Amino acid sequence: MSDSDSTTLDQLDRKIILATQSGLPLVASPYQAIAEAVDSSEKEVMRRMQRMLESGVIRRIGAVPNHYSLGYRGNGMTVWDIPDEKVESCGEMIGSLSFVSHAYERPRHQPEWNYNLFAMVHGKDRDEVAHKVALIADLLGEDNRGHEILYSSRILKKTGLRLASDK
Amino acid sequence: MTEALDAIDRAILNRYQGDFPICSRPYQEAAQTLGISEEELIKRLQRMLENRQLSRFGPMYHAERLGGGLSLCAMRIPEAQFDKVADQVNAFPEVAHNYARDHRFNMWFVLATETPERIDSVLQEIEQQTGFPVYNMPKKKEFFIGLKFEV
Repeated sequence: MSDSDSTTLDQLDRKIILATQSGLPLVASPYQAIAEAVDSSEKEVMRRMQRMLESGVIRRIGAVPNHYSLGYRGNGMTVWDIPDEKVESCGEMIGSLSFVSHAYERPRHQPEWNYNLFAMVHGKDRDEVAHKVALIADLLGEDNRGHEILYSSRILKKTGLRLASDK
Repeated sequence: MTEALDAIDRAILNRYQGDFPICSRPYQEAAQTLGISEEELIKRLQRMLENRQLSRFGPMYHAERLGGGLSLCAMRIPEAQFDKVADQVNAFPEVAHNYARDHRFNMWFVLATETPERIDSVLQEIEQQTGFPVYNMPKKKEFFIGLKFEV
């Protein structure tokens, strides 16, 4: 399945998503608690969440660490200009590094924007990020035709996930 | 002041950034794997959430597979107009988050729309209102979404 495909979700799936997108209830029987909130049974909620996990609608279930408050204060968006025919192998290599949390291929907008590979690099501070970026540049060798680190200076807006409404 | 994570907290995070069970008593099952009690696991998760060491505990949804549109967009805004344009952009409910970054491309926001088709029209509306071009950078391919963050 490609990233742009969407799996058919019915109204109960959507209710379950809305009820759980901010987290799983911290009670002994969380799926039962969700079932009560969406007017269904525990068994049905578990079956649907299992199905969404298998189809990739749910990426995973578990803890989402907050990099920043765990001491990773130097998070940089790194962007790379990689030959098109190499972007897949380079992306997989970068994505497998322990200090990279997201790696994506994105379109260039030449001539203003030549970068086609994005990777979020995490470090304790900006020096550590710069050091890790130099490490990536070494690994890429001549496949790297240029790169930059874009640090965020301010959060201008932050809201949660918006879910397509029913119908 | 946020208290530091102890060895058990770290074991929880390193073991359960995914694979949390779907069963009637999932905390009990996970706690057994970790060698602690169900109550203790719930208590520790609660504390790490309150301390913001965790942003969330639960399912992480794949936004594109929920049927909506999603894209990363960038703009180049002259410093003098930056705040005004930020307000204009942020006023769109489809703008989920927006970051100022130290670069010529100094505004980066994520658009999340109810349908994939809406992305282009929202982009056009933003361009019309602000008078600046929007560079649309939807992901073409995803290589990895972190699951291995060691604490």
